[in-house]
Amino acid sequence: MSKQIPHFVAPVDSTPVAEVDSVKLGDKPGSLWRDAWRSMRRRPLFYASAVIALVFIVMAVFPTLFTQVSPTQGCSLQYSNAGPQGDHILGFTRQGCDIWARIVWGAQTSLAVGIISTVLGSFLGVLFGIFAGFYGGWIDSVLSRVGDIFFSIPYILAAVVVMSVLSEHRNVWTISLAIGGFAWASVARILRSEVLRVKNQDYVMAAIALGRSRFTTMMSHVLPNSLMPVIVVTTLNLGLAMVGEATLSFLGVGMDASVMSWGNDISDAQTTLRTAPMALIYPSIALTVAVLAFIMLGEVLRDALDPKARTR
Amino acid sequence: MLRYILLRILQAVPVFFGTTFLIYFMVFAMPGDPILAMFGDKTPNPAVLEALRAQYNLDKPFIVQYLLYIGDIFQGNFGISYSGREVSEILVRTFPVTLKLAVMAVVLELILSISIGLFSGIRKGKFFDNAMLIISLVLMSLPIFVIAFLAQFFVAIQWGWASPTVGGNTAWWNMLLPAIVLALSLYATSMRLMRGSTVETLGNDFVRTAYSKGLGRRRVIPVHVLRNSLIPVVTNSATNFGILIVGATVTEGIFNVPGVGNTLFQAIVRGERPTVVSFVTVLVIFYVFLNILVDLLYAVLDPRIRYV
Amino acid sequence: MTASEPLLSIRDLTIGFSTQNGFAEALHGVSFDVMPGETVAIVGESGSGKSTTAHGIINLLPENGKVTGGEVLFEGCDLVKLSRNEIESVRGREIGFVPQDPMSNLNPVWSIGFQVKETIRANGIATSKRDVEKHAIDVLKQAGLDDAERRLGQFPHQFSGGMRQRVLIGMGLSATPKLLIADEPTSALDVTVQRVILDNLAELTMLNNTAVLFITHDLGLAAERAEKLIVMYKGNIVEAGDSREILQNPQHPYTRRLVAAAPSLASQRIQAAVEHKTVDEPGGEFDLALAAEERVHEIDAEKHDSTPVIEVTNLTKTFKIRRGNFRSENFTAVNNVSFSVAKGTTTALVGESGSGKSTIAKMALGLESITSGSISIEGADLASMKRSGLMTLRRRMQPVFQDPYGSLDPMRNIGDIIGEPLRVHKFGTASERSQRVRELLDQVALPQELFNRYPNELSGGQRQRIAIARALALKPDIVVLDEAVSALDVLVQAQILQLLAELQSELGLTYLFITHDLAVVRVIADNVVVMQKGEIVETGPTDEVFGNPREAYTQNLLDAIPGANIELAV
Repeated sequence: MSKQIPHFVAPVDSTPVAEVDSVKLGDKPGSLWRDAWRSMRRRPLFYASAVIALVFIVMAVFPTLFTQVSPTQGCSLQYSNAGPQGDHILGFTRQGCDIWARIVWGAQTSLAVGIISTVLGSFLGVLFGIFAGFYGGWIDSVLSRVGDIFFSIPYILAAVVVMSVLSEHRNVWTISLAIGGFAWASVARILRSEVLRVKNQDYVMAAIALGRSRFTTMMSHVLPNSLMPVIVVTTLNLGLAMVGEATLSFLGVGMDASVMSWGNDISDAQTTLRTAPMALIYPSIALTVAVLAFIMLGEVLRDALDPKARTR
Repeated sequence: MLRYILLRILQAVPVFFGTTFLIYFMVFAMPGDPILAMFGDKTPNPAVLEALRAQYNLDKPFIVQYLLYIGDIFQGNFGISYSGREVSEILVRTFPVTLKLAVMAVVLELILSISIGLFSGIRKGKFFDNAMLIISLVLMSLPIFVIAFLAQFFVAIQWGWASPTVGGNTAWWNMLLPAIVLALSLYATSMRLMRGSTVETLGNDFVRTAYSKGLGRRRVIPVHVLRNSLIPVVTNSATNFGILIVGATVTEGIFNVPGVGNTLFQAIVRGERPTVVSFVTVLVIFYVFLNILVDLLYAVLDPRIRYV
Repeated sequence: MTASEPLLSIRDLTIGFSTQNGFAEALHGVSFDVMPGETVAIVGESGSGKSTTAHGIINLLPENGKVTGGEVLFEGCDLVKLSRNEIESVRGREIGFVPQDPMSNLNPVWSIGFQVKETIRANGIATSKRDVEKHAIDVLKQAGLDDAERRLGQFPHQFSGGMRQRVLIGMGLSATPKLLIADEPTSALDVTVQRVILDNLAELTMLNNTAVLFITHDLGLAAERAEKLIVMYKGNIVEAGDSREILQNPQHPYTRRLVAAAPSLASQRIQAAVEHKTVDEPGGEFDLALAAEERVHEIDAEKHDSTPVIEVTNLTKTFKIRRGNFRSENFTAVNNVSFSVAKGTTTALVGESGSGKSTIAKMALGLESITSGSISIEGADLASMKRSGLMTLRRRMQPVFQDPYGSLDPMRNIGDIIGEPLRVHKFGTASERSQRVRELLDQVALPQELFNRYPNELSGGQRQRIAIARALALKPDIVVLDEAVSALDVLVQAQILQLLAELQSELGLTYLFITHDLAVVRVIADNVVVMQKGEIVETGPTDEVFGNPREAYTQNLLDAIPGANIELAV
C-alpha cells in the first residue's frame, strides 16, 4: 500500500509514563468488613433501622424504663376500651389494661422468639448447608433431601401442628423450636449454593495444596467466605420470625393467653374491631415497626455485603 | 425434556413421603393416647373417636400405621374431621372457593410485582425506586392478619366500599377485598426479586449487544430484559405458594370466606386437632405438587434446562 | 464523498464516569480518523480507555458514563448530538459492533435464529418471514457455520465459544455496515480458533469494503490485522501511525515498553536470534527476549545436573461424565502421558482448552486422583504416598494459580495469607514466621507495609506476587505455575515473568509451567510438552520445537501466535 500514514507521537511530558504496577494504598487497611461498614455508614436507612431496633431491644430488657404502669395489675373492666387518660397515653384494652404498658412488656416475647428461633434456624441451616455443599456426593444427596422435606412444609403450618401437639407447653422456647426447627431449610439452601461457589475458588485449592486438611480448609476458608448472605438472611428472618410468632398467637396456638405478646393482644382486640379499633391498631404498629427495623437492617446489610455487588 | 419431567417427579417422591411422615410423626410419636390428646380437655364424641382410631390404625406398629395412612391418602381418603364428616367431602365443597380467591390474588400480585419491579429496576436508585422500596419493606413487615384487619376496618367498615365478610356470596367482586389483601401479602417479596433480577439482567453483556444491533428500548426491555428477569420470579413462586397457603388460611378466616383455609382456620382457633392434621397434610401435599408445576414452568422459560 | 475524506473522525473526545467518589474523566481528548475500508487497531492495557472509546462512538456507555466533550463525526454527522432514536438507526445499519466475550453476549433464553432474525428485521434488511429466514441462514453461512438451517433453532449454550463468536460477527456484519467496531473479538478464544475467525472477519470486511476499528490488548495481533495502529495509555493516545513502523521503531517510551514486553514479539526476536546467532539489541527495562537470553546463559553456565525431579509415566486420568440423568460415560482427560522435568529447569505444558494440561498439574499437586500410571516426585511415587508423605511433598512442591482475584482469600490479610503454609507446617515461632513473611515480601519486591493489608486493595499483578510469595514460603524445590501469568496485562506479565526467572536462578527452583500461550513458553521454558486432547503431540527442548516442529499441530499452533507473520527487522 502506497498511502502515507502519518506517525503521531504524543509529547512525553503531557503523557508521562508511570512505574508499572506500583503499589497504591489507602490510608487504612480495607478488610471486607471495614468496606461493608463504610458503605453502610453512608445510608440513612441504616441509622434509622439500627436506632429503632436498639430501642426495641432496650425495651425488651428494661421495660420499666418506658413505663411505670403495670400491664397486668390494676386492669379494671370499668376502663374497658376507654380512651387515653392521665398516665395511660394510649388508652385501655378490652380487659381494661393499659395498652402502652402491654406494648412495652410484649416486646420481650416478640424479640425473644425472633432471636432464639433465628439463632436455632441459622445454626441448623449453616450446619446442613456447609457439609452438603463442601463434601458433596452422597452426603449432599442425603442432607439436601432432608432439607427439601423441611422446605416443603410452609413453616407456619408446621408450627401450627407442632404447637397443637404441644398445647400444654406454649412458651418462648417451644415456639422458637417450632419456627426455627422448620425455617432452617432456606438458610441451608442459600449457604449450600454459596459454598459451591466458594469451594471452587483457587484459594481453597491453594489451601489444600499447601497441606491443610479438607475439614480445616472448610472451616478457615470456605465458611467465612460463604457466610455473608447468611448474615443478611438471618437479619431478615429475625423480623419474619417475629411475624410468625404473632401469627401463631393470633391463631391461638402461640403464646399462652396469659403471656403478654403483641399477637395475643391483637387477637384479643379483634372482637371489638368495630367499636375500639385502636386496641388492635396500636400493638399492630408496634409489631410492624419492630419487624420493619430488622428487615431494613437486612436490606442495608445486603447492599453492603452482597458478593455480587462486591466487584474485584 | 421428558427426562427432566420424570426426574423432577422422581425427586418429589421422597419429599412426599418425608413431609407426610414428618407430620404424622409429630402428631403420633408422642407418648400417651394421641387420639385422646387431640381432644385436649374437650369430651370427644364416641363415634368420632372410633372413626379416628380406625383412620390412624393405632393398634399396629408405628411404621405400619403410617403406611396404612398413606395408602388411604392414595385412595383419596383423607380421614374424617373433628365433627365426624369426611375430609374429602369438605374439600370438594371448599376447594373451588379457595382456588378462585388464590387465582385472583396471584394474578393481581403478579401484575403488580412484575410491572413495578421491572420499572423500579430500570429506574434503579431514582425516586420511584426508593419509594417502592420503602413501601415493599413496610408491606413485608405487616403480618397478613394486620393487613386484613386494617382493610376490613377502613375499607369495609369505615368507608363501606365492600362488605366486611364474604359469607355465602362467593362472586368474584365480593371476594375482591380478601383477594387484594392476599395479593399485598405476596407482593413485596416478588417485587423485590423482580427488581433485583431486572437490575442484574440489565448489567448483562447481551443487553448492550442488543442495543448495538440497532434494537430500540421498546424491543430490548420486553424481549431481552423482561423475559430473562422473570426466571427467578417464577422459581420463587414456589416459596410464595407457602406464604399463599398460610395467607389464605388467615384471610379466609378473617373475611369468613367459605374455603379450605377458613375450615383450617376455624379448626385451629377451636383446637379441633384431627381436622388441623388432616388439612395441613392435604395442603402440604398440594404444595409439593405445586412445586413440581413451577419447576416445569421454569424449564419452559429457560432453554438451558430444557435441552440438557 | 471522496476517498480522502475519513469515514469516522473523532475529535477531542472526552468521556467520564460518575462514581461513588464523584465524576472521573476516563478519556482525555482523543482524536483519530478511520478512512473508508481501512482497518485501524487501538491497542492498550486494561484501563487505557480503548473500550470506552469504542463504546463512546455509538453511545453504548453504561448508565454512569457520559460524553463530556468533543465530537464523533461519522460521514460528517456528529453522532454525539444524535437523539436516541437517531443513534439507534445508525447502530447495526451504519456501524456494526462485535463484542468481547462470546459467552455472555448472546441471550441464553432465545434461540440463535431468533437473535439473528431480530437483527435483520431491526435493520430493515428483510421484512417477509421467508426473506428474513433466508437472510439469517446466509448470515450464519457467511460467518462460517455449516449446517446453518439447523443451527437457527439451537440455543447459545449448545454452541462452543468459537461458534458463538461467529454468530456475533455475523450479526455485526448482517446489515453490511460501513464501519465495524470489534472490541477484543477473540481474546476469549484459543489461538487456532482466533486465527480462523479473524481470517474470516478480514475476508468478509474486505468483500464489502467495510472499515474496521479493532480493539485489542495484543500488540502482535493488532499489527498483524491492521494497517494503522493507535496506542492508548491512561485515556490518551500516546502514539499512532503505520503498524509496522510503530513496531519496528517505537518512539514514545510507553510504546517502547509495550513492544519490548509483548511475548509474541519477543518470541519472534528470540527465534531470529537463534537463527542468526546474534544477540538482540536491548529494548529497555522490560525486554523479555533479553531476559530470556540471559536466563538461558545462566542456566547453561551452571551446568545443572539433569536428574529428573518430576517423572510422569503413562499417566492417565478418566472422569465419569453424567450423560443425561441416568447414564454416565467415561471421558479420558489425560491419556498415557509420559515426560520428565530436570532439576532447576522449566518445563512448559502447553495446549489449548481441553488438552488436559491443567488436569496433569492438579494430579501432580495431589488435588486430583490418578487413574493409572504414576507421577514420582524426586523418586517418591505420589500415588502410594501416605498422608505424612504427602505433607512432606507439599512442602517441596507448591502451586501458583491463574486467577489473581480468586487465589487469595479475601477475608485474610496479606501476612496471614503468606504465613498460612508456615502455620500449617508448624514452622518456627510466631515472630519467626512473621519475619519470614517480611523476607518473602522483599523477595517478590513488595513493600513490607502490605503485611496488614487485604487483597482487595491490590492489583492483579501484585496479588500474583503474593501468591508466589506464599508458594515460596516453605522453600520448595518445585513450583507448579498453572496459567500463572495468563490473566495479567502485558507489562505486568513481563514483570512477573522476570521475577520468576530471577527467583529460579537465585533459589534453583524447578518450574512446571502450564499455559495456553506459546509466546510465553518461548520466553520462559527450557523444555516444552505440546498437548492436544489429553495426549502428547510433541516434546523437546523449546528452541528445537519452535525452530523445527515435527508435527503439523505444533506448526499450526506456532503459526497462530499473533504477529508470527510480521517481518521484524532484527
